[in-house]
Amino acid sequence: MFGKLTLEAVPFHEPIIMITLAVVAIAGLGIFGAITYYRKWGYLWTEWLTSVDHKKIGVMYILVALIMLLRGFADAIMMRGQLAIAEGASQGYLPPEHYDQIFTAHGVIMIIFMAMPFMVGLMNIAVPLQIGARDVAFPFLNSLSFWLFVAGAILVNVSLGVGEFARTGWVAYPPLAELGYSPGVGVDYYIWALQLSGLGTLLTGVNFLVTVFKMRAPGMSWMKIPVFTWACTFTNVLIVASFPILTATLGLLSLDRYLDMHFFTNELGGNAMMYINLFWAWGHPEVYILILPAFGIFSEVISTFSGKKLFGYTSMIWASGAITVLGFVVWLHHFFTMGSGANVNAFFGVATMVIAVPTGVKLFSWLFTMFRGRVQFTTPVLWTLGFMVTFTVGGMTGVLLAVPGADYVLHNSLFLIAHFHNTIIGGAVFGYLAGFTFWFPKAFGFKLDERLGKGAFWCWITGFFVAFMPLYVLGFMGMTRRLNHYDNPMWQPYLIVAFFGAGLILCGILFQLAQLVVSLRNRESLRDVTGDPWGGRTLEWSTSSPPPFYNFAVTPSVRALDAFQDMKERGEAYLRPDHYAPIHMPKNTSAGLIIGLLGAVFGFALVWHIWWLGAVSFIGMIATFIARSYNEDVDYYVQPDEVERIENLHHANFAAPRQALNTQPVAEQI
Amino acid sequence: MSSTVMHSNHAVAHDDHEHHDTGGNTVFGFWLYLMTDCILFASVFATYAVLVNHTAGGPSGKDIFELPYVLGETALLLVSSCTYGFAMIAAHRGFKGPTLAWLAATFVLGAGFIGMELNEFHHLIAEGFGPDKSAFLSSFFTLVGMHGLHVTAGLVWMIVMMLQVCRRGLTDRNNTRLMCLSLFWHFLDIVWICVFTIVYLMGTI
Repeated sequence: MFGKLTLEAVPFHEPIIMITLAVVAIAGLGIFGAITYYRKWGYLWTEWLTSVDHKKIGVMYILVALIMLLRGFADAIMMRGQLAIAEGASQGYLPPEHYDQIFTAHGVIMIIFMAMPFMVGLMNIAVPLQIGARDVAFPFLNSLSFWLFVAGAILVNVSLGVGEFARTGWVAYPPLAELGYSPGVGVDYYIWALQLSGLGTLLTGVNFLVTVFKMRAPGMSWMKIPVFTWACTFTNVLIVASFPILTATLGLLSLDRYLDMHFFTNELGGNAMMYINLFWAWGHPEVYILILPAFGIFSEVISTFSGKKLFGYTSMIWASGAITVLGFVVWLHHFFTMGSGANVNAFFGVATMVIAVPTGVKLFSWLFTMFRGRVQFTTPVLWTLGFMVTFTVGGMTGVLLAVPGADYVLHNSLFLIAHFHNTIIGGAVFGYLAGFTFWFPKAFGFKLDERLGKGAFWCWITGFFVAFMPLYVLGFMGMTRRLNHYDNPMWQPYLIVAFFGAGLILCGILFQLAQLVVSLRNRESLRDVTGDPWGGRTLEWSTSSPPPFYNFAVTPSVRALDAFQDMKERGEAYLRPDHYAPIHMPKNTSAGLIIGLLGAVFGFALVWHIWWLGAVSFIGMIATFIARSYNEDVDYYVQPDEVERIENLHHANFAAPRQALNTQPVAEQI
Repeated sequence: MSSTVMHSNHAVAHDDHEHHDTGGNTVFGFWLYLMTDCILFASVFATYAVLVNHTAGGPSGKDIFELPYVLGETALLLVSSCTYGFAMIAAHRGFKGPTLAWLAATFVLGAGFIGMELNEFHHLIAEGFGPDKSAFLSSFFTLVGMHGLHVTAGLVWMIVMMLQVCRRGLTDRNNTRLMCLSLFWHFLDIVWICVFTIVYLMGTI
């Protein structure tokens, strides 16, 4: 009836887990109670959970990403705490089997359930607005993508309290991930969490490619597309080209585990190295999927706050394109030590180093954008400057690792750990946090507190260097990754320093939570009435903050790159039409939510071999999808008087400040 | 002020484009999805190519493939692509009855293909050549079976489409969906040609 699931699956004997679960349960009950008490379930259901509005879906993505950031960070600081003490006779406080789950969960959560949704959330909020569209091409599919991703996140979190998570590292290499060596349910949780959220990501990629290809405002030719949208487009190309490989790879691994097949086993002709090849054929493009949108954010931020157009827009786009292509021919550098031979390793080593060239082009473009600009040192700019320094260090250690000979020494050492945190934190995460601060007023209508934001930045960046520079040293000293205990007193001081670094990053996160609370409290004084709080250059700043659900009362006409800046210079920015036309909008639907939640049940059932439940939930997913296809009542028209009412309201609110903005000459150096 | 009026007229003219021509967007989006499916198949084809000689002492393709039988399967699927083409021609002309008839013919041919494939799998497993016997057999069953699952999904979709066309006729929405299913069906045909060539033909010679 319940497959492999018994009461013993709940780890009652692990105090750390039980206390965590108790805290989560109390917090969950508190939220549930509050929503019920304030009678907000209806509001939540109609305005958020069933919404197909890309802005709301974007906000929900980022909300989940922030929650998962806390979970992933808790894992991180537990590991650093363990390693600060677990030397020699001291075994630390985490038993090996628990420690192994923690480092696996940390990697999976930070990549798949923190960075990805953060990126997709920002893309959801900004891209349709930047191209002057009313929504994405397939709004229902967008909601479905989000809920499939949530289903994956649910599975990862359920694994904490029911059963276990994988102990394999976030890459789940076989033969360790095979049934013989990982007989528990951990790897199965891993597989289904990644499959569900991966499917969601794939659909997002398709959705946004069609959106950008087909739904740009009239006049927005390819080389007038805002640079963030371009970056996201390249990311989506990478998504649709690489995520199917992950789906296939995990599918083959599940066939090994569920149907006793022999793709990656040690016996009967299986080949474990094939998994590693396939995994990184997805995994390497994945890191560019994460970093390219961050590059786009830095470009928007630096040009907006320097009051200048981006230096070298065209070369920036081509550089992103080059990175997209090159990102597919470097995967083997993750396993030079496999022994493919000197020629193969040399090819992949050189290809890896070549990526430094377009990346360098970008870095110089940002520097030249600031050159002779009037740079305002706002929080997003601080993140950008911090990124430039940090990412350059990370990029150079990457080039070092790309030398196959050096890699033989440094492979799987803490040097590698330091390197990729250097690029992912210093690149992607800093970028998302810059984008978060940059677009927050657009999404919510008020700015974030600057002082606390700067506090967060300084804690993050010093914390980052304190936490990870020692790991470079430890890598040279021979310390390998995924150790829960060591016997070398020389390493301990560095690991204690790294632990303090993690503590500093914790301060950064606390500053950010405080920033959210304080900004929410002071929202009236931080209110953005104009819709253009930063002197923005692209179309998202031409509409109100937050934008009306239809985004633009009249589809904007684009005549130049930095379309809104161009409108402001012509004095056309806030002109109103003499009449409005009806606007065609999609209706909300609960189908995405239902399919996503059934997906979580389906994954759970397969993890525990509860076959009947798996069949029922799978049929339920298909049936919901088919039922949705029978529903023809999926859209409606917003009538002109309704549009006019909403627009009048906005314009009355900020006619005066907008007029002032429009007449102000904008400094355009160079 | 005149520029404002022009501006809004222009925008209104484009409004219709933007949200009403969703059929074109849908077909394009579906085509993109098919390309991702193509990469899914490519990954499994690559896996098959790596593992084809890893028979672990078990049978190789030469020992278990019956080429004439598979040729029959292939014929069914290829003809079903033709009949689907006729269904689309009928749909374009607005003939509801013939559209349904050709869809039904396609369904029968597709179901026949799946039936033959299941029969082949059943025989192999009964003879002791199941997918758990060697890496080669794992990859064979997975590659061919994955194509089969796709065809099965296409058959389910076809039933849904026949019911929808029955109920609502050849509306724009239904025509767009028929077009997507058409892309899907022909795509599976192309994939099968690769399966037939790489797995069966190259495996037998």
